[in-house]
Amino acid sequence: MRCDVAMRGWLRRGWRWPARLGLLTATMLGGCSGGVLDPVGPVGAADSKIMMDAFLIMMAIVVPTILLAFWMAWRYRASNTKADYRPYWSYSGRIEALVWSIPILTITFLGGLIWTGSYQLDPFRPLPSKTPTVEVQVVSLDWKWLFIYPKQGVATVNQLVVPAGAPIHFSITSASVFNVFFVPRLGSMVYAMPGMVSQVYLQADRPGELSGLSSQLSGDGFSDMRFQVKSVAPSDFSAWAQSAKASGPALDRAAYVDLSRQSLNVKPFSYRSVDPMLFNDIASQAIAPAAGPAPAIRPTSAGATAGGR
Amino acid sequence: MFGKLNWSAIPFDQPIPLITSLVLVVIILGALALVTVKGWWPYLWREWITSVDHKRIGVMYILLGVVMLIRGFADAIMMRSQQALAINAPGYLPPEHYNQIFSAHGTIMIFFAAMPLVIGFMNFVTPLQLGVRDVAFPTLNSVSFWLTATGALLVNVSLFVGEFSRVGWLPYPPLSEAAYSPGVGVDYYLWAVQISGIGTLMTGINFVTTVLKMRCPGMTYFRMPMFCWTTLAASLLIVAVFPILTATLAMLSLDRFFGWHYFTNTAGGNPMMFVNLIWAWGHPEVYILVLPAFGIFSEVFSTFSGKPLFGYRSMVAATLFICIVAMMTWLHHFFTMGAGPAVNTAFGISTSIIAVGTGVKIYNWIFTMYGGRVRFSVPMLWSLGFIFTFVIGGMTGVLLAIPPADFLVHNSMFLVAHFHNVIVGGVVFALFAGLDYWFPKAFGFRLHEGWGRASFWFAFFGFWITFTPLYILGLQGMTRRLQHISVEQWRPLLDVSLVGVGVLIVGAACQVTMLVVSILKRDELRDVTGDPWDGRSLEWATPSPAPFFNYAVMPNVEGEEAYWDIKQRAIETQQLTPEPSYEPIEMPVNSPVGFYTAVFATITGFSLIWQIWWLAALGLIAAFAGFVVFAWRDVHELHVPVEEVARVDRARRAARAALIERLASQGALP
Repeated sequence: MRCDVAMRGWLRRGWRWPARLGLLTATMLGGCSGGVLDPVGPVGAADSKIMMDAFLIMMAIVVPTILLAFWMAWRYRASNTKADYRPYWSYSGRIEALVWSIPILTITFLGGLIWTGSYQLDPFRPLPSKTPTVEVQVVSLDWKWLFIYPKQGVATVNQLVVPAGAPIHFSITSASVFNVFFVPRLGSMVYAMPGMVSQVYLQADRPGELSGLSSQLSGDGFSDMRFQVKSVAPSDFSAWAQSAKASGPALDRAAYVDLSRQSLNVKPFSYRSVDPMLFNDIASQAIAPAAGPAPAIRPTSAGATAGGR
Repeated sequence: MFGKLNWSAIPFDQPIPLITSLVLVVIILGALALVTVKGWWPYLWREWITSVDHKRIGVMYILLGVVMLIRGFADAIMMRSQQALAINAPGYLPPEHYNQIFSAHGTIMIFFAAMPLVIGFMNFVTPLQLGVRDVAFPTLNSVSFWLTATGALLVNVSLFVGEFSRVGWLPYPPLSEAAYSPGVGVDYYLWAVQISGIGTLMTGINFVTTVLKMRCPGMTYFRMPMFCWTTLAASLLIVAVFPILTATLAMLSLDRFFGWHYFTNTAGGNPMMFVNLIWAWGHPEVYILVLPAFGIFSEVFSTFSGKPLFGYRSMVAATLFICIVAMMTWLHHFFTMGAGPAVNTAFGISTSIIAVGTGVKIYNWIFTMYGGRVRFSVPMLWSLGFIFTFVIGGMTGVLLAIPPADFLVHNSMFLVAHFHNVIVGGVVFALFAGLDYWFPKAFGFRLHEGWGRASFWFAFFGFWITFTPLYILGLQGMTRRLQHISVEQWRPLLDVSLVGVGVLIVGAACQVTMLVVSILKRDELRDVTGDPWDGRSLEWATPSPAPFFNYAVMPNVEGEEAYWDIKQRAIETQQLTPEPSYEPIEMPVNSPVGFYTAVFATITGFSLIWQIWWLAALGLIAAFAGFVVFAWRDVHELHVPVEEVARVDRARRAARAALIERLASQGALP
């Protein structure tokens, strides 16, 4: 498999040993089994590369520190009469300077990584590409995901179909509570929040089947907020959009209100057409936020004595 | 009449909470019956419930913390076993129950286990180390404890009457708003945390005042033991941030009760404001827990290396540095909410800068051992285990502080593993070290060494077996709080994690056995000297257990390590200082006001949760009446006659003389 994506760069730069160590760690940490260290796109690759770089920088400090601690405890154990006892030694300017400068230097180094990384991998930043960007609007609902393709005029539930090799611009909002839109192997996750639109640019480099999820608790149906992600060849993507237009229900206001009610384990399906203002109206709350649990178990008004839980 | 409360609140249809509650009720009734039959009530009332002695209050805090630690651990066992069973299967806990369990686990562990344990040590140790007889406001201290106990009680009541919150340990709106969480679960959370939070705030005020104003003669700031500095730093943080928690939760309560719109979806509410506010409290809270833990490790490394702490002033600087920077990092909990790169950069860097302070501390502890004579007693084992565990937890913490890396593992099992890595490895290990270290000072006998060692090794390996798989699962894309799991490949790692929990259970059983064995063998383990570890700070100058007035004569401190200097001088001169002239001592009298307030705070809290407004008002009025009666009291202080003072101190001096003779015969230091 492609578990060495993040490592290739280091190998090229001649970091053979760190790369091997990284490869070993990545393997151990499940990099080869479809996790965040096994990216299929440029964003995920860059995220995980920063993570592994920072990990290796810190291992260079952490391992010697742990060894020093254990060596010190063992060397100066009470039963070791060979070690000298300095009962009043408690200050050394040189060691003080050293113990402040080691963490400061490490953090300075990492600070640079944080700075450049935050700007390069800002989720709102478009991806440079010759291929035109595909627009997808994402709405998190209780408890399923709605994906609207404004250009294609279709929408899907719990299934995201994207063309491989093209940047995808996700505009994300929520119809009810917080969720996080996350496809681990594509990279950066972003919150879906009611009344707000957040954005992320992602790209899948090659066709394949991935999976996505919500990584913020959103209530009792949270565990089922998973969705299929199909990365398909560009030609297959247009074919898919055409076929989606040919079948399925239409997503107008009424259909949306119906969809937005709490439901569990919704099987993927698609809508043949979409109200073009729907996403804006959800995000601006021109359509009222989706209701919570059924009214029967909700108190009739604040302080009222409706029975039951 | 009874608000939302009716018979449907009792979970007759849910066997797990029903049986647990019944067992708990039987245990509590049994304990009460035992106390009644044995006639222990007057003793308990006089010596413990109404006590304003900081040591007794400290012990009660620790007892409460341990009981709640066991409750929280039971939740953890259920969570790990549910996830191991619910792979492409429903498991045994439905979502509405599982969600309550992880919410309760987090709430209990932070607010009702870690906080009482940390505050318990602050109570027990700080006045002794400062060489004073009590905290600044002894009765307020008792009120603080009993309000914390009220919160813990309300959380446990939710098991049997109604339900607990299902929205996580921090109730993010809109999910926690009445529209999406109509039940009383979130209200139980809000009022339990709110009431205990008031207690914690008063503790913070009490300890800031105590450290700033109540030191014995000669105890300048730069002569205070490290633990006192960390108490001061943690208390300053409490005073700074707990009001934010109180205000935030109050706003959420207003939203829920009266349909206001601070954090709602509509009418101008902004749920992100809650996230900002709650973490402006929540991140410093982590340091409120870990700074006193660092204080405990500082005492342990120094004592068991037979040396002063290396780089004392550097340690003080690092502590205060952490205290301040801790309040500037909260945004790293939501890098993924789409703040711009400039904001993320600033908070990413401020977060990793904290690692400078902790890094310095780690190196200073290591160099404390340099040139020492390190004794591997149980507290020292916990401390060395801590260095290993905490350094790795700190490293994964800095990884999470890098925004692009956080974009991959935010809210994942990697995060879960990270914060358990620092809270268990940092705070819980410290509390176990402190328990072993100060136990003789509280009860007059040491804890059994063998069982203590066993509990350390099981806890250490149990911890790593449980949480290493969670790190890996996080990197494989597993998010937290999943009630069931649809990825078959995760099964082996979830099983390993469950095995780790089994090892931790053995460790916990060893701790309980240690306690039982130590009580049975207390005569063998008796500490007659008052200085069982060859200590260095003032608490070891008192007999074990310390008398309620701590010091017959106020100590006079002349150096950084007050008691060590006195001890060395006595060994050199082969005699104690001449007997001082004893004087009668005034001590604060016991007061039932803390317990009384808590009873009515419980009634108020419970009625607010169920919206029984008249009872809530009645409870508040009664609690306030208690305060008024207390404010008009005539007798403030208890007079300890000079004979009693002299008798206690002469006994101490006799034990001390024997100790000095023994130490002198072993040869003075080079």
